[in-house]
Amino acid sequence: MVGSIPFINLAYLVPAFPLLGFLITGLANKRLKHNHAGIIASILISLSFIVSVILFFVLRNSGQDAATITLFNWIAVGNMNIPFAFLIDHLSLTMMLVVTGVGALIHIYSIGYMHGDERVNSFFAQMNLFTFSMLLLVMGANYLVLFIGWEGVGLCSYLLIGFWFKNPAFNYAARKAFIMNRIGDLGFILGIILLFYTFKSVSFSEVFAQASTLKIGTPAITLITLLLLVGAVGKSAQIPLYTWLPDAMAGPTPVSALIHAATMVTAGIYMIARSSILYNLAPVTLNVIIAIGLTTAILAAIIGLKQNDIKKVLAYSTVSQLGYMFLALGLGAYSTAVFHLTTHAFFKALLFLGAGSIIHAMGGEQDIRNMGGLRKKMPITYFTFLAATLAISGIPPFSGFFSKDMILSKAFGNNIILYILALGGALITCFYMFRLLYLVFFGEQRLAGAHPHESPRVMTVPLMILAVLAVFGGFLNIPSLFGGNLSFSTFLQSATFSKVSEEISSSTEIGLILLSMTLLCLVIWLAYHRFVQKAVVPAAEGESMSFFSKLIYNKFYIDEFYAVVFEKPFSSFSNFLFKKVETNVLNPIVDGIGDATSTLGSLTRKLQRGNISFYLFAMVAGILLFIIFILTI
Amino acid sequence: MKDISSAIQVIPLDHYILLSVTLFSIGLLGVLFRRNTIIILMCIELMFNSVNLLVAAFSAYHSDPSGQVFVFFIMIVAAAEVAVGLSILVMMKRNVDSVDINLLNRLKW
Repeated sequence: MVGSIPFINLAYLVPAFPLLGFLITGLANKRLKHNHAGIIASILISLSFIVSVILFFVLRNSGQDAATITLFNWIAVGNMNIPFAFLIDHLSLTMMLVVTGVGALIHIYSIGYMHGDERVNSFFAQMNLFTFSMLLLVMGANYLVLFIGWEGVGLCSYLLIGFWFKNPAFNYAARKAFIMNRIGDLGFILGIILLFYTFKSVSFSEVFAQASTLKIGTPAITLITLLLLVGAVGKSAQIPLYTWLPDAMAGPTPVSALIHAATMVTAGIYMIARSSILYNLAPVTLNVIIAIGLTTAILAAIIGLKQNDIKKVLAYSTVSQLGYMFLALGLGAYSTAVFHLTTHAFFKALLFLGAGSIIHAMGGEQDIRNMGGLRKKMPITYFTFLAATLAISGIPPFSGFFSKDMILSKAFGNNIILYILALGGALITCFYMFRLLYLVFFGEQRLAGAHPHESPRVMTVPLMILAVLAVFGGFLNIPSLFGGNLSFSTFLQSATFSKVSEEISSSTEIGLILLSMTLLCLVIWLAYHRFVQKAVVPAAEGESMSFFSKLIYNKFYIDEFYAVVFEKPFSSFSNFLFKKVETNVLNPIVDGIGDATSTLGSLTRKLQRGNISFYLFAMVAGILLFIIFILTI
Repeated sequence: MKDISSAIQVIPLDHYILLSVTLFSIGLLGVLFRRNTIIILMCIELMFNSVNLLVAAFSAYHSDPSGQVFVFFIMIVAAAEVAVGLSILVMMKRNVDSVDINLLNRLKW
């Protein structure tokens, strides 16, 4: 790195504030009055955000692209030297701003949402710990620091999914998330080990410097990238490890917004974008990523069509959108993936917080079949939710339009089939989002006895701020077609190395946009016709459904499939080990050793009863025996 | 030195060995079979000195003075040992009002 940048050491403060918040709210758990924990936590995250903004300008004014700051030398054994260092460059700054910015809004919102919960202090402690871990993840200057953050966010995700631990189903969901992530993490850590074995270093700068001299398609690189991909697939909920994310909706809604929509699940995308140099060297892996991303995007969107739990719909939508980001990564358009990540963080956090506001108002009701007619009762929630729905559907000029359209045009530039599939997924996304919107906010209220009301201001203000971001976030990266200069992609150019794709001509691009707009409007009209004009309400439990509806409603029976293929054999094998091997083989051996020792002990203890005459006699006898032994040799 | 050596050599070596073995055996049996701690200590001294005697005799017969020097060292160590042993004895007398060695059977875990 070139000379030091003034004030760059402020970067220490960014993770320090959430850590401090965790210590305060965690240690003074019992002493803090209600609400105080939330206020402390929110202030500290906001401070983190302010420092991130300052850092952004510090780095911009310095004229340098990146700065590494070392906190201390962490592991120094032989010629292995791993410092605990932060890397501040354009990619990590983007992620820091998203994590702390969206995180701060969600913390403030949580003050209202979690008001009156008996463990509210623990909630904020865990949220702060999560933010700290996430910042470590995005700021780490080598794969090991990234891995600490990676594991930290996994732990916090587990804790927060099971936050209402008195419900056994929620605990089950938390364990499921943890175990699924563990499968991915195994691949990730194997990838890091292989990386260290190949390059003798885990620091980003050294690995990438060495990798750039290698040839495309080197087997070692392909294997490393595939193993890292396994980690990303687990963390970012892609096929085949995605089933934990819908179940993770058991946690409080702000948790779903922060961890399972805006930040943690995007860690896999960040990691691949960070390792873009390695991935560019492995075309095989990129094709695998395309396949995984596209399949996930479409499959999850289809499942989302038939879900009736408001949070489940959003969860499948998250899985689907993460699939789009994977598609962009696989196409080598890393900065596009990070751009979609950013806009997705805005509108999906907004959708989840809006859903939280609705659930709050409905007194815990999450089933959209029981909602309806909330438009008049909750105007602010309605308008912000509408903005987010338009954004995720990709209607111009909302933010999702710019990011999704960029992915679609990259897909078109690569292969027309990819484009058609991706567009199909986008249309399905649009349909299930408007189905959700219409069922929740239009028509008549279907649940008797509920008195929905607008949420308090502490919840609606974050909604409004996020709505502004969801609407205008796309202007960060206006394509040249609309007279922009792709400032966001250009900004990331120094940190991620996107493949240069063939530019498609602007007339084709306009044609594509018009096509997708026409289809989107058609889909919105279809949804309006079905759910507002005909007022169709999804079938209740037990009502007969057509074969395909049933298949989709039951999520293609993938959970059941996993249960039969992995869970049942595994648990019967465990039972066999427990019932047969442990009770019949291991227990007798261990017990036998113990029994033999104590029997021998009770025999020999008789020698040592303190009789000095006997000791002396034994000593002399021993010496005599020894002498006789020597003399007879 | 010459005179002492020749004086020692007046008596045959066998006699020294026999005397030493006898003394040593008396000491050993005393240590094993007496219960009075004072007598046990004295018996230990007896064993020491029988060994000293033997060493001095061998030293004279081999015309090697280092054996006799060694005897002095042993005597010094024996003196120190007696000091420690006697003080233990005094403490024992004070605490249990007896010098019977079998009363010390509480010296175990």
